[in-house]
Amino acid sequence: MRLELTLLVDGEAVTAVLDRPGESLLRTLRERLGRTGAKNACEQGECGSCTVLLDGEAVVSCLVATAQCEGREVRTVAGAVPGEVREAFAACGAVQCGFCTPGLLVSVADLLGRNPDPADAEIREALAGNLCRCTGYEKIIEAVHRAATARTAENTHTGAPGTRPLPPSPSPEKDPTLPHGCDSVMTEGRT
Amino acid sequence: MNTQLKDPNDVSVGRTKEMFHRPTDIEEAVSCLAAHPGAVPIAGGTDVMVGVNYRRLRPAAMIDLTGVVELREWSDEGDAIRIGAGVPYARIIDDLGGVLPGLAAASRTVGSPQIRNRGTLGGNLATASPAGDAHPPLLAAGAKVEIASTAGRRTVPAADFYTGPKRSVLAESELIAAVIVPKAAGPQQFLKVGNRGAMVISVCSFALSLDVEGRAVGAGIGSAGPTPLRATEAESIELPWDKSGPLGDETVERFGALVAEAARPIDDVRGTAAYRRHALAVCARRALLRAWKELLCDWN
Repeated sequence: MRLELTLLVDGEAVTAVLDRPGESLLRTLRERLGRTGAKNACEQGECGSCTVLLDGEAVVSCLVATAQCEGREVRTVAGAVPGEVREAFAACGAVQCGFCTPGLLVSVADLLGRNPDPADAEIREALAGNLCRCTGYEKIIEAVHRAATARTAENTHTGAPGTRPLPPSPSPEKDPTLPHGCDSVMTEGRT
Repeated sequence: MNTQLKDPNDVSVGRTKEMFHRPTDIEEAVSCLAAHPGAVPIAGGTDVMVGVNYRRLRPAAMIDLTGVVELREWSDEGDAIRIGAGVPYARIIDDLGGVLPGLAAASRTVGSPQIRNRGTLGGNLATASPAGDAHPPLLAAGAKVEIASTAGRRTVPAADFYTGPKRSVLAESELIAAVIVPKAAGPQQFLKVGNRGAMVISVCSFALSLDVEGRAVGAGIGSAGPTPLRATEAESIELPWDKSGPLGDETVERFGALVAEAARPIDDVRGTAAYRRHALAVCARRALLRAWKELLCDWN
């Protein structure tokens, strides 16, 4: 028994063929579509490392059935995150082992899309579903402020309103060593 | 994982339909459920998918409820709000905080932003975990659950909905269509005890709902019994509704004690029965004090 469906992943229409109805979006992204940006850790919605944007809303992809996503838009860390957010994480040392980073980046992109200048409490609230066991979060919060400032400065410079549609990130270079159709880039790690 | 299948043409619409159903209205959804017993309904997936991922559930077929428009909407029914079973917590928080402050407060404590974007009231009820955050405010407010099947619709008071741990009156052939929650007629409070400030399953929780004109108290207890519970004795406490005086310490103490007595907690990994009773008394006292303070502000 097979179930075939088409969804939009990071701007590209892709077709997934499933052999059971309950396959998670996380599993489909990683194991059928070669998009390893969303990380698999707890598979029960606790850790946030598999966070993606589904039709613009932050969700944990482990708890979405892929079959629910026919015709819907999915953005992983590769397609959801403005450059300023990634740069701020690197500049602030908000990354240590890096496993939680893709999920955090997506949640931060989602937060800044809704709230261009969040206060500490708002950042903590927005990132409550993304567990990091390395950093203690302080540098992550610092990075969110830095990204917010950078985005606001750029928007002021370009005369754009306080927020702008996601994602404005530069399209990542494809890695020729990865299989055809796989858009993984170094920002996603190789885990 | 079996990604390579022998026959590349083995994709038929009929077969796809048998494995994953996408009804667009409730009548179609319940017909589908009747025609495919054992098919697992899924909305936000925040409970169902955990079972699937951990192989506790291996559904041969699923029914996706996210395409059923009626389930995704809420409406103002005059004295009450009718919330479609598939409305996610994030929308209850954004849209209904003013008219249903107790339920909105409880919704804010559910999981994480990602979970609140997906998780639904219908899912909380269908799972019927004693620890579900929505239950206490629904009990305190006197909410009703609207249940659909091919036989039509029936409405069950929330207080009669839960029958045991993760058990309810919901039959296999039925779906939850909506929850009808009376609009707040006075201050409402929700307090939850957990091990952290976020992303936490409750150790115990308590919801209070005051109806000023009706001079009525609603009290719901979570995570401290085999089902969510109403604290009926506590609800019959006499309060100085006639503005004759302040809320006495004795009344507050007694309210806390009655709520604690109504609980039927057990010792488990999240806390002991004794701790839960103690914490519930504290929560109940605080809830009453906060609600009364709000009332006094309104009166003055």
